[in-house]
Formats: sequence, structure tokens, C-alpha cells
Amino acid sequence: MKANYGYMDGSGEFFISIDTDLCIECDHHGCVDACPVGLFEIITDDYDDEVAAVKGDHRKKVKYDCGPCKPVTNRPPLPCMVACTPGAISHSW
Amino acid sequence: MSEEKKEFWRWKEYNWHDESKDWKGADIITAGADVGSVSSQAVIMVDGELYAYSNMRTGSDSPDSARNAMDWALEDTGLSLDDIHYVVGTGYGRVNVPFANRAITEIACHARGGNYMYGPSVRTILDMGGQDCKAIRCDQRGKVTNFLMNDKCAAGTGRGMEVFADLLSVSIEEVGDMSLEVDEEPPPVSSTCVVFAKSEASSLLRSGWSKKMVLAAYCSAMAHRIMTLLERIDVEKDFAITGGIAKNVGVVTRLEKELGLSSLKSKYDTQIAGALGGALFAKALIEKQRKGS
Amino acid sequence: MITAGIDMGAKLIKVLVLRDGDVLAKTQEMAGFEPKEAAGKAFERALSEAGLSERDIDLVYSTGSGRKLAPFAKDSVTEVSAAARGTLFNNPSVRTVIDIGAEEGRAVKCDDQGRVQDFAVNEKCAAGAGSFTESMSRALEVPLEEFGKLSLKSTKTIPMNAQCAVFAESEVVSLMHAKTPKADIARAVHDAIASRIISMVRRVGINPDIALVGGVSYNVGFVDSLNRGLETQVIIPDGAEFVGALGAALTAKISLEKSA
Repeated sequence: MKANYGYMDGSGEFFISIDTDLCIECDHHGCVDACPVGLFEIITDDYDDEVAAVKGDHRKKVKYDCGPCKPVTNRPPLPCMVACTPGAISHSW
Repeated sequence: MSEEKKEFWRWKEYNWHDESKDWKGADIITAGADVGSVSSQAVIMVDGELYAYSNMRTGSDSPDSARNAMDWALEDTGLSLDDIHYVVGTGYGRVNVPFANRAITEIACHARGGNYMYGPSVRTILDMGGQDCKAIRCDQRGKVTNFLMNDKCAAGTGRGMEVFADLLSVSIEEVGDMSLEVDEEPPPVSSTCVVFAKSEASSLLRSGWSKKMVLAAYCSAMAHRIMTLLERIDVEKDFAITGGIAKNVGVVTRLEKELGLSSLKSKYDTQIAGALGGALFAKALIEKQRKGS
Repeated sequence: MITAGIDMGAKLIKVLVLRDGDVLAKTQEMAGFEPKEAAGKAFERALSEAGLSERDIDLVYSTGSGRKLAPFAKDSVTEVSAAARGTLFNNPSVRTVIDIGAEEGRAVKCDDQGRVQDFAVNEKCAAGAGSFTESMSRALEVPLEEFGKLSLKSTKTIPMNAQCAVFAESEVVSLMHAKTPKADIARAVHDAIASRIISMVRRVGINPDIALVGGVSYNVGFVDSLNRGLETQVIIPDGAEFVGALGAALTAKISLEKSA
């Protein structure tokens, strides 16, 4: 399942996508500690799978929360994506 | 404050139950309670068949809303809450359904509910509630394969439509039909932000646009916006629309046109999809429980 | 050499007349429903304030969201470039300019000449600009001029969940119903928008000195929230809302000097 957390508003589309089929394969869940803002948490989803998700109160602020990791120029690889060994995480912006 | 203000934006509230069905002697009775930020529904199913439901405005207190919706659905059925074997709470206020055995997200519930309401051929479900918008892809069993939800921005939610209806002093039920009564489709309003679109609408009205034209322009902008969201999850037919927006023929028609797909219709009220899905999850969970013991 | 800058803002039109290094006149007019007309009015008033006629102006440049509509202007410059140039004129130590208008918020990184190196914009969303504070002051039933001051009286920090002006309005109404002190609500509103602005500024890098320009710079509540969030004191130039028009007039001057 592809879980897309985030939103669309007048200024654009801002979604962090987690492919839960890939996420299930991971045991270390490095994304949780890698994110400087602490956006991620591990949940038991509706189908009883243990997977990463963007924390509820952050879903409406992903554009702002992710700001520090996304400078206008010279953008480094995102820490969450680097930590995600199964390659389950992607960003729409 | 808002109680004194005349509400232009009230969907009809009602309850219903199947008088031809007798629940006594049923094997499994389950219920789903969907507490949204704007409206709440309760659905009761008897052996996996829809038996009763209610649809009402959410009050300011979520635990009361869940209970009120449930009591209303139970009204005149002879059933009481104690007769129900398993209850699933869902929606924005799902943590506030005190009598629920489990809470399940609205995403999963809408997919399951949509599968029941529209049949196993449905693959893409769009739900627009009072304060959110969801795009869901599911498989033939109603299991979610892809989803997104926007509850950050009012544009593309029922609230956004309400603001417009209020601005034009039109009741929410009339918005859709009125928007289609234009000779020529006007260009959509340029801004999707409700605040800016409102200013734009005021300018348009001043420059001589009729209310119908402004509504058409806004419904058009909303349809286009929804299209952008749907593209993110890849639309596959069959396509269905649930939630309050399904009742807005102005948005639905324009969206179907942009998609090149008609949306499936259901004999059930589109706003009960979440609660219905909850009741179905409840059935699966109680069956699993019984097998285990 | 006399130049003029017309800043066609979404809410307010600003006109500034510049002779060499001196500001001869500054006027503003509500854009309203006829921004072109309003600009014309502001321009005429600026001329009369400066004791000049239209022929005396060597070159007019425009800026702002409605810059293509500006009467009298020969050319236009982006808000980003005008903000940087205009700010550095009297504040040469500035390297980061935060420009918040009614409908757009901008963060600009510039060099010591006021040239733009990087910029980020919050646009098309009322929650990212001045419209947000305006809507909330209405919801709170406090005049906009008092709204900022009110937030300074707050004794408690409360979070704001809504990230949208429309939902925030409902949230403010709920808070009021729950008898939350208006000062605390006001502060929550200012903290919320400051936080969004700061996140945008971080994307161009927070390089001192930092200046705040645009209409919202007059909101003491917003300035306080911004300073706390940035952990510094932002510089607010005199006549902060005219920085765009000044930048446009300066760019016109530079263009004339180049062709001379």
C-alpha cells in the first residue's frame, strides 16, 4: 500500500509517501531517528502491519517541517530517505 | 455564535432502517460510528447486510455525537447498543467513540464501505467530507492499495464549499444545480485558496457576473483541483464518489468530464460510506475473535 | 536624475519618488477594485508632494503582484529584487530580507550590493501571508491595529492546530467559546504565522543581519513572535512598507546610469 501523508494547498503539493509493502521488510526503522524534526513514528496500521507513518500532528505541516532539509539551493540527500534502506520513503517536492 | 447565524449549509439529517428485516436470531450484529468534524453517521449491519443508519450534524462534543448518531440509528428498531456484538469507531473523532471496540482509520473504512456500496469493481474512491478530502485506491476486496488525505487546506473540502455558499447566500443543497444553469461555462476562478477565491468572487459579482456564473467558476476550480489530487494516486476505473460532495452535481459533473469517467451511483446515502465500512470491519473482527476462541 | 517606483501590492499601492539619494515623496492608496486608478491617484499625489510634474520624472519602474498593470511604468522588477535593493539602501548590513505582504510572503538572501542570491516564496495560500492575521483579527473581533499589541499581553502559550486561514478562524471561534483569553489566542495566531515564515526563511539560510519589511512589519505582535522564533532582533527599516517602491525606483536609477 502506498500511504501519502501531507496536503495540497494553493502553494503546491506536499506529500511524503511511504510504500508499506517495502516498509514491512525493515527492522531498524532508521527514519524515526534520522529525521531532525521527528516526523516519523511506527504504527500498527488498519491491516495489522507494523509500518512507519508521518505523525498525525505533522501531516498538515510537512512543507514547513521539512523546510530545513530542503534549502532552495544545494539540497543535500534527505536524511529520512538515506536512512530508509528498503527505499520506501519518497517526497513529492 | 454560529447558532444565531442562519445556517445556509445544512445537509438533511435523517435516520432509516429496513422494516422488512428482523434482526432477532441474527448471528452477527455489528455497527460502525463515523464521527466527522462536520457530520456523524452510524450504521448497523445484520449478518453483513445493511440494516439501519443515521446521518446528522456533529455537535461540539464528539462522545455525544457518536452516541447520538448511534441512538438515532437504533430508534424504532427494538435494538439496543448491548445487542451489538462489535462496534468500530472511525472518522476524525474516532478516539471519542467510547462504546467502540476498536478504532479504524477513515481511509480503510471508506475503501471497505465503498466496496459494499458500489460493488467489487470499484478501484478508485474520492471522498470529500466537511473538512477533508481523500483519494483512495483499493482492490476488489476493498483493501486500500494507495491513498492520500488532505485536511490541511479548506479548498477542496465541504467547508470551502460552505464558505462560498454562504458568501452567495445560497443553501449548500442548491449549489450544484445552480452552477449548471449557465449558458456557457465560465473560466474557473484562478485561486484555489478559499480566502483569495472569495475576494475574486466578490470582484466578479461587482463586475456583473451572476451568482450562477460565480458558482460555476468555483465548482470548476474545485473539480480541477480534485483532478490534481486524483492524478497523484493514478485513477483506475471503476470510480466512485462518497461523502457530502457526491451530492454536489456541479462538481461531480465537471469532475467526470475532466476524468473522462462516470462515477458509479449507489442507492445508499453517500455520506455513510465510512460508518458502513466500520460495520464491515467490525464483522470481520468479531468473526476472527470467535474463530480464535 | 529623478526616478519613481510604483509597488502594486494586492492590498496597497505604494509610490515613491527618488532624486539621487533622497526620497522626495511617498504615498499610498488602497488598491481596491480598480488598482490602476488607485495607482494613478497615488502617483499624482506623490508628484504634488514632491512639487513635480510627470515630465520631471526620468524613469518609472513598477513592482508588486500587479506590476504589469502599473500606469506610467516603463518596466518592472520582481518583488524579490525590489525588496533586497530597497532594504539595503538604508541598511547596508542586511543579508536576509523577509518581506510579508497581504497575499505573499518572501524570504530573500542577498549580497552586499543588494543583489538576490536566493529566494523562497509562500504564495497562493492565505496562511502564509498577511491575510492570515487580518482574518484572525476579524474572527477575534479586535481591530487589526490592536491585534498585535494584544498578543504582547499574553501570559500563556497555546498551540494552534489549524494551518489554514479558514480552519483557523473556526479554531479561534472555538477557543473564544471556551473562554480562552483573547490575548493568548492573539499570541497563538502570531506564533503560528511566524513559525511558517521562519520555516520559509530557513530555506534560504538565516544570515545576519535580518530585515523585516512589508505591511506586516507594523504588527508588533508578529515582530515579537518572529524575534523569539529566530532568536534575534530583526531590523525594521523606516518606512518598511515602501521598500518595494524604493527598490523599483533605485533599479530605475541604476538602469539610467548604465545607459548614460
